Amino acid sequence: MIFDRKHECMSREDMRALQSERLVKLVKRVYENNAVYRKKMDELGVKPEDIKGIDDVTKLPFTVKKDLRDGYPFGMLTSPKKDIVRLHASSGTTGKLTVACHTASDIDLWSDMAARCIGMTGADQEDIVHVSYGYGLFTGGLGLHYGSERFGSMTVPCSSGNTGKQIQLLKDFGATVIACTPSYAIYISDHLESEGVKPEELSLKYGIFGAEPWSNEMRKEIERRLHIKAFDIYGLSEIMGPGVAMECEEQNGLHFNEDHFYPEIVDPDTLKPLPDGEYGELVITTLTKEGMPLIRYRTRDITKITREKCACGRTLARIERITGRSDDMLIIRGVNVFPSQIESVLMSIGDEILPYYQIIVDRQGVLDTFEIQVEINEKLFSDEVKKLQDLQKRIEKEMLANLSVGPKITLVSPNTIARSEGKAKRIIDKRKK
Amino acid sequence: MLVNQIAVFLENRQGRINDFAKVLANENIDLVSMSIADTKEFGILRAITSDNKAAVEALRKSGFTVTTTDLIGVEVDDRPGGLFDILNILNNGGVDIEYLYSYSRSSEKKNKAVIMFKVSNLEKTFEVIKENNIRLV
Repeated sequence: MIFDRKHECMSREDMRALQSERLVKLVKRVYENNAVYRKKMDELGVKPEDIKGIDDVTKLPFTVKKDLRDGYPFGMLTSPKKDIVRLHASSGTTGKLTVACHTASDIDLWSDMAARCIGMTGADQEDIVHVSYGYGLFTGGLGLHYGSERFGSMTVPCSSGNTGKQIQLLKDFGATVIACTPSYAIYISDHLESEGVKPEELSLKYGIFGAEPWSNEMRKEIERRLHIKAFDIYGLSEIMGPGVAMECEEQNGLHFNEDHFYPEIVDPDTLKPLPDGEYGELVITTLTKEGMPLIRYRTRDITKITREKCACGRTLARIERITGRSDDMLIIRGVNVFPSQIESVLMSIGDEILPYYQIIVDRQGVLDTFEIQVEINEKLFSDEVKKLQDLQKRIEKEMLANLSVGPKITLVSPNTIARSEGKAKRIIDKRKK
Repeated sequence: MLVNQIAVFLENRQGRINDFAKVLANENIDLVSMSIADTKEFGILRAITSDNKAAVEALRKSGFTVTTTDLIGVEVDDRPGGLFDILNILNNGGVDIEYLYSYSRSSEKKNKAVIMFKVSNLEKTFEVIKENNIRLV
């Protein structure tokens, strides 16, 4: 169901008017209350009065993750600290936390946005939402939790872990919607199988999955294993968390909650805006956030945008599924490789391997070494060496054809690769030191 | 006669065969015969034990990937040319051999050895064996 018909189905002109009005207010407020932005704008010679409508957004300075890290922990606040009611933080690869602070009104907004997302699956208030995202500094658990309560569905706050118990609760309470990382969904399905529980014994209909890149092939695998329709949710903790954008029943792009989060696509090298339909870096301006609004935040995510009306009836702009953040991109022997490309190839190999893998990149002398460890499926394990070698060669051949750089495939026993209840750690890049 | 064999996937890292042997030792399972086919990255350990069913269960519980296969056990003369004779018969009969290894334990009979064969076509192999009066173990 459409949770907020007024805003989700707004005409383009009304949407632009609303965005314009909000941007003007935002810039004024940020300039007056946030020293970092005041300095950035002064350096560019932009005054709040120069921003008269949404098209003027391109006059504003960009914000990057480093700005948030430099301001750690509270340097990027626009509201006084006493107005903050919640803090979330995510750890990057460098280990330093990126902090996001929210006022009561921000939490309210987030709840609304996550509620819209739950509605986009086709769920209504009869549905029961089982939240298996981690609750804590990570935004997944609390984000979907508040969204589900706002939506008005019964909410089961399971957090992650203790999978046996989760399955029991899924059976007992009859949850129809599950929210977790895609890798945890696979893990749950493995658990179901090992405990002899058939997917039909659960009542699940929809899955809301995000917080890590996942391929379309992985989506099909999850749908096949759990007998559900799997939806991609997008968000980032700096902006808010899950609820920035979400797939609807059409599964043809993610609806961007653009009345609150203004999306732009820019060329990541020149930073010039790109027209709709062209791939570039997604840049977001939080139009209504109070605690820590961000202006033109560079997400490092590559996608394209369309503003055509969707068959579901929503007019909210749509971005293409993000299958890889540029932060996750590996450069191996000079070739750009997204982990999601590797996943796509592996998932197309067939039943001989399991959907668990690990990518190990290292350097020997001047040459990058590239290894992918893949778990074999015991059910199809053969006692003949040549069959395993054929499998290994087949994967290597497919990888080379798809990635233009050839990995060494190492077949490993099932359960060798660590299972993840939250975000899967699939890449070990030993070159970064 | 068919002899049941277990095959275990072994990643090529130190201590892996040790882990395998430990599981069997702990379960008091006797190894009757064993061979390893190894490549650079992995190996397949094939073995016949005193209790394959218990061995498979214990190994799976310890995280090993295991499968079972039926082999043909044939008794041959333990003398120079003994293996050649049997291979010649099978070859002339058109039997395609995937792999073979000898039974480590000596035959109860003196001067006899036992060879285990993995073949691609069991029925055909049995025909050849019958026609040539080869003794199965």
